[in-house]
Amino acid sequence: MNSIKELFLSKKKNLLSIYFTAGFPQINSTCKILDELIKNGVDLVEIGIPFSDPLADGPSIQKSSEIALKNGMNLSFLFEQLIQYRKKSIQKKNQIPLILMGYFNPVLQFGIEKFCEKCNEAGISGTIIPDLPFDEYNKHYWKLFNKSGLKNIFLITPQTSEDRIKEIDKVSEGFIYAVSSASTTGNFLKIKDDTNSYFEKLNSMKLKNPVMVGFGIFNRETFQKACRFANGAIIGTAFINSLRTNKTLKSDIKQFVEKIR
Amino acid sequence: MGVDKKGFFGDFGGAFIPEMLFPNVEELQKNYLGIINSSQFIKELSVLLRDYAGRPSPLYFASRLSNHYKTRIFLKREDLNHTGSHKINNTLGQILLAKKLGKTRIIAETGAGQHGVATATVCALFGLECVVFMGEKDMKRQKPNVERMKMLGAKVIAATCGSKTLKDATNEAIRDWISNPGNTYYLIGSVVGPHPYPDMVAKFQSVISKEIKQQLKEKTGNENPDYVLACVGGGSNAMGAFYHFIDKPKSKKKKKVNLIGVEAAGKGINSGFSAATTALGTEGIIHGSKTILMQNSDGQITEPHSISAGLDYPGIGPQHAHLFKTKRAIYPSVTDNEALKAAFLLAKLEGIIPALESAHALAYLEKLYAKEKETVVVCLSGRGDKDMETFLAMMDK
Repeated sequence: MNSIKELFLSKKKNLLSIYFTAGFPQINSTCKILDELIKNGVDLVEIGIPFSDPLADGPSIQKSSEIALKNGMNLSFLFEQLIQYRKKSIQKKNQIPLILMGYFNPVLQFGIEKFCEKCNEAGISGTIIPDLPFDEYNKHYWKLFNKSGLKNIFLITPQTSEDRIKEIDKVSEGFIYAVSSASTTGNFLKIKDDTNSYFEKLNSMKLKNPVMVGFGIFNRETFQKACRFANGAIIGTAFINSLRTNKTLKSDIKQFVEKIR
Repeated sequence: MGVDKKGFFGDFGGAFIPEMLFPNVEELQKNYLGIINSSQFIKELSVLLRDYAGRPSPLYFASRLSNHYKTRIFLKREDLNHTGSHKINNTLGQILLAKKLGKTRIIAETGAGQHGVATATVCALFGLECVVFMGEKDMKRQKPNVERMKMLGAKVIAATCGSKTLKDATNEAIRDWISNPGNTYYLIGSVVGPHPYPDMVAKFQSVISKEIKQQLKEKTGNENPDYVLACVGGGSNAMGAFYHFIDKPKSKKKKKVNLIGVEAAGKGINSGFSAATTALGTEGIIHGSKTILMQNSDGQITEPHSISAGLDYPGIGPQHAHLFKTKRAIYPSVTDNEALKAAFLLAKLEGIIPALESAHALAYLEKLYAKEKETVVVCLSGRGDKDMETFLAMMDK
């Protein structure tokens, strides 16, 4: 069974997912960060594929992508790292679902078929490709992803219509990524009281998929608030900001996760 | 060769946007044709184009330039429009549309500042809030336009990422739109972006070729020239100048028009400092549409270079990508220096100082080798006041 599905069957509340950009702060940080996140009990990890023009991201993730690219990170190298990591982690038996998150153009240039095969080889369970629209995915790419056992996760926002949410819920597997407010990533001021009505609407719709809330989650308070309405929450920017150098990763990550949980 | 229902021109176009933009883009997709084809809209826009923008713009027979190149050259004088370029054709159209959609805040990206000025202008005219994103580098090299936008009441925000040019200004505008989905209308300045923008902007700019046909018929008896030349960054003036010539004439008596979009080679196509997209680019996705763009093998978008801020863009509109792939149009390029020379030549022979962007189209006349009896129309998309600093630096050399 797909490990994302397995996770949500075994745990329904307070799931913590962490996003980080591959190749940041240094090119060899990827596996170290993964190790520490797993050790500290994170439920799900989203590994960001750096892109030169990240349209939906705020300054922090933009900057981390820029540095990652300067460090020489690309998809081929990331897959190499992840395939190596998988071999070790199978021995250690410390596996959690891994999701690759990135913009469509680097995936397209890598080759969709090859991308799916490599994901499979690297033990990736799902993908989030924000600028690959729902219709386009269903029409052209669904079969390839499915063949590799990949669950593609779709975003919904407070502006998404109920009909479209239902449509997305119908074809989604894994979970639905509920963007908390109209914003790019890393805007911590936007989660306000009116966000509640959007979360309540989602709750009342009785979606078949679990819901994870992302964007604007940065501390224990916002994490808990999101968890009241959803199965869990996703933290990206605040985590990226907490990483200082490669040497301090271990303590940075331990501290960060402890502050949230 | 038009757009299909999903927003594709052949293999190119579409709407590759994050879900956050979906409601806005869908609203436009569903409504734009109904609104812009309504008789009331057409009437309002045509009055504005005539009385406010000063259309029709003249089609001028450039006799001394024609003598120089031993052919017949007409200049489509978009530089004489209000605000000094073709950009006003599109901003007037889109501001009317934004009004009909009930939007109260307008955002735009700009490279050379021509679209920024044209947007600030129509926002002043309609009393709407205006925010323009402009690359930090471009704010320096096109300073007069930054000042004009400010005087017109627009807020100009510097894009400080990446190459600090048009690409980055567009990223910032899209991010702003994501963050302000309700009241904000994104007034894109070129035939780029997600569907329906490429088609919509082309339709608003198509007035250029519509007028060329009428004017050329009056002046020469034949509505079709042998060549149409226009510069291409994103490609809005070129698409406007090509629009009514794209379909091959049904009658065999009428000539097929050769369409030539001139790109900016910068310091030379293989110099590493270039914006010649069709020469250097491959298929991919930029700013929400599938097109041809400059990128490395990892799909990271390349930072372009051109002396002209309006052409300093690593992509082209999807319809241009389609015309290129199907060989209906060709897309050669000229260098920074060739464009500068062409600007000085036009100033000397015709008393017209062209924008650096338009100078690229003029520079291609050197390589066209048109015959004496052939007719060439060059779209003079904008005037060169904004580029005086660059021109003066050239004169000092």
